[in-house]
Amino acid sequence: MNAMTDKPSSQPQNLRTLSYSEAIREAMAIAMEADPTVILMGEDIGVYGGAFQVTLDLVDRFGTDRVMDTPISELGGAGVAVGAALTGLKPIFEFQFSDFAMLAMEQIVNQAAKLRYMLGGEASVPVVFRLPAGSGTGAAAQHSQSIEAWFGHVPGLKVLQPATPEDAKGMLLAALADPDPVMIFEHKLLYKMKGHVPEGSYLTPVGKALVRREGTDVTIVAGSIMLHRALEAAEQLTKDGINAEVIDLRCIRPIDHETILASVRKTGKLMVVYEGVKAFGVGAEISAMVAESDAFDFLDAPILRLGAADAPVPYNPDLERASVPQVDSIEAAARRLTRREV
Amino acid sequence: MTQPDNRPFAIRTYAPDQLREALKRMYLIRRFEEGAEDSYMRGLIHGTMHLSIGQEASAMASCMELTDDDKITSTHRGHGHCIAKGAEVGRMFAEFFGKETGYCHGRGGSMHIADVKTGNLGANGIVGGGLPIAVGAALSAKRLGKSDVTICFFGDGANNEGAFHEALNMASVWKLPVVFICENNGYGMSTSIARSTSVKHIADRAVAYSMPGVTVDGNDFSAVAEAVHHAVARARAGEGPSLVENLTYRWRGHSKSDRNRYRTKEEIEEWMTRDPIARFRAELIAHGVLDEASADAIEAAAIADMEAGIEFAKASPAPSISDVTRYVYAEN
Repeated sequence: MNAMTDKPSSQPQNLRTLSYSEAIREAMAIAMEADPTVILMGEDIGVYGGAFQVTLDLVDRFGTDRVMDTPISELGGAGVAVGAALTGLKPIFEFQFSDFAMLAMEQIVNQAAKLRYMLGGEASVPVVFRLPAGSGTGAAAQHSQSIEAWFGHVPGLKVLQPATPEDAKGMLLAALADPDPVMIFEHKLLYKMKGHVPEGSYLTPVGKALVRREGTDVTIVAGSIMLHRALEAAEQLTKDGINAEVIDLRCIRPIDHETILASVRKTGKLMVVYEGVKAFGVGAEISAMVAESDAFDFLDAPILRLGAADAPVPYNPDLERASVPQVDSIEAAARRLTRREV
Repeated sequence: MTQPDNRPFAIRTYAPDQLREALKRMYLIRRFEEGAEDSYMRGLIHGTMHLSIGQEASAMASCMELTDDDKITSTHRGHGHCIAKGAEVGRMFAEFFGKETGYCHGRGGSMHIADVKTGNLGANGIVGGGLPIAVGAALSAKRLGKSDVTICFFGDGANNEGAFHEALNMASVWKLPVVFICENNGYGMSTSIARSTSVKHIADRAVAYSMPGVTVDGNDFSAVAEAVHHAVARARAGEGPSLVENLTYRWRGHSKSDRNRYRTKEEIEEWMTRDPIARFRAELIAHGVLDEASADAIEAAAIADMEAGIEFAKASPAPSISDVTRYVYAEN
């Protein structure tokens, strides 16, 4: 099956395909055409096209007033986006790497996330932060992190992680339609992956996970690039007669409890795969959520978390690969889980 | 040949009604804060508060030329800015009392009072938090083709935050209509300017960002009004940002935890002789805008507004406990 499409069996042939980055760029262009208050801000997003070429030629189409290169000032730049969102613009702010969002935590967490609440519902901050994330590029510890779970801890934010070009476009358009601050973690290794992307404007629902592969023996929850690794592992598992259900965790906040719980009630086994550090991560939240629910009674094996090693992301390529879940480690873990060897 | 008008800037620039209203609001700022302090002492309100008593001219004179379309960002010491921008003290007290009728429906308290509809983008609990936000508001005005300006209030403590430097730089690079107003009261909590800041005058920092910077007596209403007038005019004309430093002093401690161990009684008393309200009142009387009786009447009206505000707050309903997570996200 083609891991890049939602429902391969139901889709006709010869559908238009775009890369993940092209899909994001198309979403931005559609939004900017439709709404003059949408602006792009970020470091080197103009003629340079962004560090990952996502904004590529948008400055030629929309000009420097709407595709604004910011100084290397993540805190200030993010704060300008927050202030602009508070007063009538809809900024899409690109962090060059998600790691750099740590320089702007004040504005994201203390300001953007809390303004509506602190002001008793009398303010709206419709800002979108785009964050290239993840390892696998040899960029080492300060350019390879997966920190999406940090923001899952912050009421007021919405945290998305598209795994496919179709979702990358639909989620960005949904984020722009959302009156609250939205953070979109885009995996750097997915930027060049191609997949079907519908024409025109459409919104991927925020807060909904998606069963990408139906199965009966084990539930594997995985988002972003881990979805693809989990789907590949699931194919391998069929050789042993193991039929895994794979859920695309498209949204970390709000999290889609019901889709996960329904799957666990069916399979009785849960594995959560994510690229962030294993401890205190997405896996902990999902495991606890299942343990606190009626689905707990359906479990017939311990819950398994597969996350990054308890270390910064290393430079050496073999170490880097070993530090985060890969197809083989997901497959091996699922095998152990289904044999109750955990 | 006409004689040069040697009267203070405010007297020769603003109509008597505006000046009387300014005095009223300065009294209101002080009475509001005294009322808040008294309510705290009597256990009617909890938490903490940061009082700006002694700094009223800086707040009021900076807002003289603003409309509801103009924006301000404020600080943890922000009650004066709210009142100067036109906030109602009843809704402010209600917020202080944690009531549903408060500006933030009781969710924000003293440090988050805002009224976005009238351009008050809010006080802020984070030192320097409002600076980039103000630049963003100015960016909106420019992109949306409006002539609004944003006044960004901050204290001397914020001038050593990275956000200050990033914000001033971007405002200058993009020539945005923002006026940065530093209320330099001498201390970031307990640490004096001399011990924390590498320049003698914070306005000197403007040079680094290619904008005008001026230091004025922040307790002199006219001096502040004149400096801000020029900065606002420059912003409205599309010529970019300015930095105005108002030298002032807070009579009270930093917050309720302050034991005043970092400054002397003599220093505080010396500054109290430069009371900005008394000076402005005397100036208005000297130039015939008011007489003593009408000044007293203005002060009495401010006290009445304060007392009515407290009664409104006391009588207002508290938020429903079941609404604790309401307003985290937009409601459909």
